[in-house]
Amino acid sequence: MTFFYHFGKYILFLKGMFSKPEKLSVYIDRTITEMNNIGVGSLSIVVIIAIFQGAVTTLQIAYQLISPLIAKPVIGSIVCDSSMLELAPTITCLVLAGKVGSHIASEIGTMRVSEQIDALEVMGINSSGYLALPKIVAGLIMIPMLVIISIFLSNLGGVIAGEASGILTYEEYFQGARESFMPFNLLFSLIKAFTYAFIITSVSAFQGYTTNGGALEVGASSTKAVVYSAVAILFSDYLLAQILL
Amino acid sequence: MIELINVSKSFDGVEVLKNISTKFETGKVNLVIGSSGHGKSVMMKCMVGLLKPSSGNVMYDDRDFTNLDYSQLRQIRKEIGMLFQGTALFDSLTVEQNVEFTLKMFTSMTPAERKDRVDFCLEQVEMEGINNKFPAEISGGMKKRVGIARAIALDIKYLFCDEPNSGLDPVTSRVIDELLKSITEEFNITTIINTHDMKTVFDIGDDVIFIYQGMNEWSGKVKDIHSSNNDMLTNFINASYFD
Repeated sequence: MTFFYHFGKYILFLKGMFSKPEKLSVYIDRTITEMNNIGVGSLSIVVIIAIFQGAVTTLQIAYQLISPLIAKPVIGSIVCDSSMLELAPTITCLVLAGKVGSHIASEIGTMRVSEQIDALEVMGINSSGYLALPKIVAGLIMIPMLVIISIFLSNLGGVIAGEASGILTYEEYFQGARESFMPFNLLFSLIKAFTYAFIITSVSAFQGYTTNGGALEVGASSTKAVVYSAVAILFSDYLLAQILL
Repeated sequence: MIELINVSKSFDGVEVLKNISTKFETGKVNLVIGSSGHGKSVMMKCMVGLLKPSSGNVMYDDRDFTNLDYSQLRQIRKEIGMLFQGTALFDSLTVEQNVEFTLKMFTSMTPAERKDRVDFCLEQVEMEGINNKFPAEISGGMKKRVGIARAIALDIKYLFCDEPNSGLDPVTSRVIDELLKSITEEFNITTIINTHDMKTVFDIGDDVIFIYQGMNEWSGKVKDIHSSNNDMLTNFINASYFD
């Protein structure tokens, strides 16, 4: 019952965001700022994770598959496909749930406990729309971009690791990646990225917005935002794979 | 003028405000006094719409604030300024951006016009020259003054202050009091202040309402407080002299 109560509150929170904006130009400015915070601010961690993720996957696939009976380009095709289908969107977004999600929840939660949200309401501003909507829109634009960068860098990491360890050359890697490439896989990856982006930003904003109490509760909201986002990402990962593949 | 008609508010069956009726006159400093936990802040939140009364009506110059549609409610809210106990300045914005906030959201002023208005408001509270500082970089008293400047940035008709002197030294408290009094008179607005500070009451108050256990225990003119024979009020006043 508690789950349905909170889920209902979450749906009402989302509904409340979509009233007519007080001034569109202010919302656009805020969205651009949030795009910078979410996208540019997360770029370095995404780059590091993507490169190592591709490199490690290449080494582990090679460890399992290296055999005279299996052509080396197969390693490239597996790394490329798994990067696109699962590793880049899901791992990247789980990390972003931690970084972006906790930031959003603690920022909005602090505004709640220090009465800044009350101040917005007294001024006649739709506080949920003003605070959460730009973050959600920014997430929907920037997180898929980060996922695309992550796919590219995972493959780059795979190529570097293959060459450095002498397991396979970059020609063999790209031969495998090209032969197995299906445009739908990329589309699937982007569908995942959009879904996860919405989950991360909206769940975290909701957790922050419904914070009650003081500093301790802001910390608790931030933790909940990460945990609930991660669980929702994994659940929707399974659901999307079941429906679309 | 703001009028409360039989306003009650309950939380989980516990009645925090009990059938409160009173009037707050325009151009006067109206004070709401009472001990902590007796419903002053809840009453103020009901008045500004942060809480919905369980029953009763809040009237803003004959407009029923409790039964308006969203757009009418927003219109009245643009006429309201509020100074929160903790100031509630936006941390991520500079002093200038804080004061400019409502102007940017609700007016079609040019940036130059907004800058003029911000400077005027900061001048009113004697806070010129700190436009580019962030709230974390200024003192508690300065934050209160900036909070007042933000509250009066639009042409407001009603000013609410929730314990404006809490956490301030006596000298700064007096400065804030005088500021609230002069703004009320200069702009002819309805000012309502929640306070425990009896010095504020006697220095700047016009009308007073004493809230005790969620009820309007006593209301009247400041000059009549000492001649009141209400025991609860007398105890409250006497206790405050020994603070």
